[in-house]
Amino acid sequence: MKERGIEFILLLSALSSIFITLSIVFILLYEALGFFKDVSILEFLTGKQWTPLFAQPKFGILPLVAGTLLVTGIAVAVALPIGLIVAIYLSEYAPFRIKEVAKPILELLAAVPTVVYGYFALLFLTPILQKFIPNLSGFNALSPGIIMGLMIIPYVSSVSEDSMKAVPMHIREGSYAMGATKFQTAFKVIIPSAFSGIAAAFIIGISRAIGETMVVAIAAGMMPNLTLNPLEPIQTLTAYIVGVSLGDVPHGTVEYKTIFAAGITLFFMTLSLNILGFWFRRKIREVY
Amino acid sequence: MPTDNDKNIQEIRKKIALNKLRDHLFWIIGLLSTLIGFVLLFTLIIDLFIDGFPRLGWQFFTSYPSRFPEKAGILSAWVGTILVMIVTAATAVPLGIAAGIYLEEYGKKNWLTHLIEINMNNLAGVPSIVYGLLALGLFVYFLKFGESILTGGLTLGLLILPMVVIATRESIRAIPNSIREASYALGATKWQTIKDHVLPYSFGGILTGVIIGLSRAIGETAPIITVGALTFIAFLPSSLITSEFPFLSFKWLMDPFTVMPIQMFNWISRPQTAFHINAAAAGIVLLLMTLFMNGFAIYLRYRFRKRIKW
Repeated sequence: MKERGIEFILLLSALSSIFITLSIVFILLYEALGFFKDVSILEFLTGKQWTPLFAQPKFGILPLVAGTLLVTGIAVAVALPIGLIVAIYLSEYAPFRIKEVAKPILELLAAVPTVVYGYFALLFLTPILQKFIPNLSGFNALSPGIIMGLMIIPYVSSVSEDSMKAVPMHIREGSYAMGATKFQTAFKVIIPSAFSGIAAAFIIGISRAIGETMVVAIAAGMMPNLTLNPLEPIQTLTAYIVGVSLGDVPHGTVEYKTIFAAGITLFFMTLSLNILGFWFRRKIREVY
Repeated sequence: MPTDNDKNIQEIRKKIALNKLRDHLFWIIGLLSTLIGFVLLFTLIIDLFIDGFPRLGWQFFTSYPSRFPEKAGILSAWVGTILVMIVTAATAVPLGIAAGIYLEEYGKKNWLTHLIEINMNNLAGVPSIVYGLLALGLFVYFLKFGESILTGGLTLGLLILPMVVIATRESIRAIPNSIREASYALGATKWQTIKDHVLPYSFGGILTGVIIGLSRAIGETAPIITVGALTFIAFLPSSLITSEFPFLSFKWLMDPFTVMPIQMFNWISRPQTAFHINAAAAGIVLLLMTLFMNGFAIYLRYRFRKRIKW
C-alpha cells in the first residue's frame, strides 16, 4: 500500500511537466486570443509597423520578427562555424590534457549570466566596434549579435562533439588506413556520419539565439525597426516583452495582451525548431 | 629525363605534403577557436574588474539602491536573491528528483512515459522569458500571488525543473542493475531499494545538477522582469525568524523583491556612467557567485567520477 502511494506521488511529479507545458500553451493562447479579438490576425502578421503604445496604435509583428531574425542571423554566423571547428578539434585532434581544461571552461562560459553578457556587449564591444565602424549607433544589432554568437558556442560545440564521439572508432580507422589525414577524415567521414547530431546542435543554437533576451534588451536598443541593417538599433520579440514589463502595464489592457501575442509568436518559433532538433537527435541513435 | 612514373610520384608527394599542411593548419585553427572561449571569459572578468572593483566594499553590500550612485548598494538585491533561491530550490529539487526517479525506475515503456520524456526535452528548450509570461498569467493574476518572492521563486523553480530531472535520470541510470538486484534478493521492496541504495549512490550526480540549475536561476533576469519584480526596493522583506512561537515566519514569501541581475540591469540601463560602475560591481558579485557554483559542481562531478568504481 505504501509502495503504491509512493509510486503515485512520483507519477504526479513526473506529470507536473505536462501540466507546465499545458499551462504555458493555455495562458499564451488565452491572452493572445483576447488580443486577436481587438486586432485582426492579418494585420498582426503582415503589418510593417509596431507601435502599440502610440495614440494611433499599429500592431504589425514584422519589425519584431525581423529584429529577432537579424540578431539571430549574426549570432548564428558567429556560433555555428566556430562551434563546429571547436567540436572537431576537441573530438578528433585535442590531446587529453587540453580537453580536460577546455571543456570546463566552455561550460563556465555557458554559465555566465546573460545580463553580464549584455553589459559586455553595450559597454565593451560596442565602443570598440565604433572605432572601426564610425556610423554604428550606440544601440545596434551587430554587437549583441556577436556576443550572443560567442555565448552559444558551448551549446553548439558540446552537442556536435557528442555526436562526433558517437561515430565508432573503426570508421575512423578505416579512413586512416586509406592514408587519409585527420583533416580529411574529419570532413569527409566524421561530419557526414555525425550529420544529424550536428544538425541538431545547430538547431539548438538557433533556438537559443531566438529566445535570448537580456543581451538584446540591453544592447540592441528598443526600436521596432523593420530593417536588415545591423548598424541600426532594433527590437526583438523578447526585448519587446521586457520593455513592456518594465513599465507599469495594467492587467487586461491591449498593451498587456501584446506581450502574450509576441510571446506566442516566440513560443511557436522555438517550438518548431525544437521539434526539428528532436527529430534529428532521434536519428543519431538509429544509425549505428 | 624523368619518366611519367617519376612525375606521378612527385605529384602524389606534393599532394600528400599539401594534405599534411592542411591538417596542421586546421590543428592551429581548432586550437585558436577553442581559445576564443577562454579569451572571452578572461576579457569579461578583467573588464568587469577594471570598471567595478573600486566600488566593491562593505558599504556596497550593506546599502539600499539610491538615486546617488556613490551611495547605492545591493543589500536588497542579494537578500532577495537568497530568498528567491530558497523557494526555487524547495520547488525544483523535490519535484525534479521525484520525476526523475519515476521516469527511470517506475516508468514502463508506454505512451505516457514517452510523452513525459518528449515534453521534458521540449520544456528545456522553451525560452526563459516564456516562463515569465506563464508566471505572469498563472502565479501573479490567476493564483493571486502578486509580484512576490513566492512568484519569483516558483517561476525559476519551473525553469530549472527540466535540468534537475535530466541530472537525476542520468545519475540514476549510471547505477548498475546488480546493486538493485542485490537489494531485492535481500527482500527489500522497490521503494526501500531506491531510498537506501539508488538515491544515496546517485547523490553526487544529482547534487551537481541541482547546483548548476540553481546557478542558472541566480543569473536569470528576463522571467523575473516579466513577473514584475521592482527595481527600486529600499527595504528588506519581513524576517524569517520571529521572537514568538513558532519562531519561523513565512510572511516574506508575499513581499515584493528585487534580485541581483535585476539590480544590475537597472543600473546598466541608466545613462550616467557612475551607475555603470555600480552595474560592473554588481556584475562581479553575480559572476563570481555563478562561476563559483559551477566550478564547485564541476569539481564534484570530477571527484565522484574518480571515486566510484562499480
